[in-house]
Amino acid sequence: MSALADPQAVATLPKKQSRFWKKMRANPAALLGGALVLFFVAVAALAPVLPIADPIATDWGAVRQAPSAAHLFGTDEIGRDVLSRMVWGAQASLLAGVVSVAIAVCLGVPLGVMAGYMGGWTDAAISRVTEALLAAPFLILAIALAAFLGPSLTNAMIAIGLSAMPIFIRLSRAQTMVVMTEDYVESARAVGLKPLALVSRYILPNIFPPILVQATLTIATAIIAEASLSFLGLGQQPPTPSWGSMLNVAKNFLEQAPWMALYPGAGIFLVVLGFNLLGDGLRDALDPRDH
Amino acid sequence: MLAFIGRRILIAIPTIILISIFVFTLQHLLPGDPILVLAGEERDPEVLEFLREKYRLNDPIPIQYLAWVGNALQGDLGISFRTNQPVLELIGEKLPVTLQLATMALIIAMVIGIPAGVLSAYKKGTWIDWVANVVALSGLSVPNFWLGIMMILLVSVKLGWLPASGYQPFAEDPLQSIKTMLMPAFVLGTAIAATLMRHTRSAMLSVLKSDYIRTARAKGLAEHVVLIKHALRNALVPIVTVTTLIFGELLAGAVLTEQIFTIPGFGKLVVDAVFNRDYAVVQGIVLCTGVAFIFMNLLADVAYRVLNPRMGDK
Repeated sequence: MSALADPQAVATLPKKQSRFWKKMRANPAALLGGALVLFFVAVAALAPVLPIADPIATDWGAVRQAPSAAHLFGTDEIGRDVLSRMVWGAQASLLAGVVSVAIAVCLGVPLGVMAGYMGGWTDAAISRVTEALLAAPFLILAIALAAFLGPSLTNAMIAIGLSAMPIFIRLSRAQTMVVMTEDYVESARAVGLKPLALVSRYILPNIFPPILVQATLTIATAIIAEASLSFLGLGQQPPTPSWGSMLNVAKNFLEQAPWMALYPGAGIFLVVLGFNLLGDGLRDALDPRDH
Repeated sequence: MLAFIGRRILIAIPTIILISIFVFTLQHLLPGDPILVLAGEERDPEVLEFLREKYRLNDPIPIQYLAWVGNALQGDLGISFRTNQPVLELIGEKLPVTLQLATMALIIAMVIGIPAGVLSAYKKGTWIDWVANVVALSGLSVPNFWLGIMMILLVSVKLGWLPASGYQPFAEDPLQSIKTMLMPAFVLGTAIAATLMRHTRSAMLSVLKSDYIRTARAKGLAEHVVLIKHALRNALVPIVTVTTLIFGELLAGAVLTEQIFTIPGFGKLVVDAVFNRDYAVVQGIVLCTGVAFIFMNLLADVAYRVLNPRMGDK
């Protein structure tokens, strides 16, 4: 069986890939998105080695100082360097985005494929659970979990991941059902391929592109979600920096120190914009409908 | 049609049961004796014993759940230990505030989002389309609590045009009420406008390709008649299906917006409840929003059927 199908797969793959890169390169918005994402990932990864101040070191002699050569983004209400807190805050944001989406994908895709593959009662049961999860608006769900589990970045990521899961269940269920009607899946079943092999060899590779697109766009939503929770005081706990909690404090000093509010918000905006542009670009490049 | 509604309600029931189980389970996630949670700061052994009896905490968990659901069905969602009010009453008190905010935001969103979507679909590929898309994508990417903070900085602190916070009940002074709510509603509305614009655009694009639009144009109808009467009316049908999505965005957005502008609504209630460990209120709110969400979903499904009678009996 594998001898039958694989040469074809190998033959079409490079062609597909080159078309993908060609489309991506021709899309300036997607490139800008990719560049923004890369920039923030680099900043977050290099935080320990960058020549910046300690993000939690207070300096009572330099409270709420406007941006200057010594503090490019100014200082906050207890004299901490805003730039340095921004850099370390990027870590919390990206970590929250990636980890919560990973939770959503790792739980959602198997459930969705199972529902789409098996149909019947399994499908009905999984669909009801999905609807119940969808019925709790994410922020309310996240607030409830944070309230009962206690506020922390980990619990925020769990809450965001759980509330993003239904999107992936629905998407992979629908995609699996489409793939299941394809001739090659029918013939693979006809020659007696085991379900697990069928899923890993035919279904997962075929449903991968739309899931990748959705995951990229969901990272954008998840980053805003983490910032929102931290802004409410239910995410990253002080003094560890996060963009959301920086904004929470900054809103009390708007008149005296507007820079405290300006930069963290701009950071969230740019990184989220990056993931949104990249996701839209990936969707266009991976869309099989137009060539 | 009635059979369709009946079937949709039947499907909704297991979902509501699942939500109630989830909300009930929340209180068991807490470490320690749940009665200490329900009682708040009350430590009188007699009161604790009374509550233990009332919530049947000496019974097995399934019985406890049934008792809890029984109370909830009768409108008893417990009592907020902070204000000593029944939870349902508290929610009812705060809801009008949030409804006003949400309604104003939705109006702003529709006024911006739908025309922008129509225009950008009609002028597809031109600079107008490009600008509309960039603005919409920025609207989706900007955290609305940051937009709120920046608006306060500009409109209230620098220009002094509108108050930065506060709330005036609509019944007391409608004009002042709308004025104080304008900035929060705008902040909340812009995020929804972006979602609406994107959905209107893609719905319009597919409608504009259809045969009846070509026919309408061939008949010599004026372009604005074709666009509004024929295209937009049909494009609005699929937009109904994103109602629940928008409802969720409104609700989540309201929580943050009320926090920034210190508006005493539903969202402020839930956040305050979390920090005061007023667990009955948190549970009540999750349950109510879940049920409201399912109801909205049902309504959207029915509206979609009414607007789109060609849909088969599926």
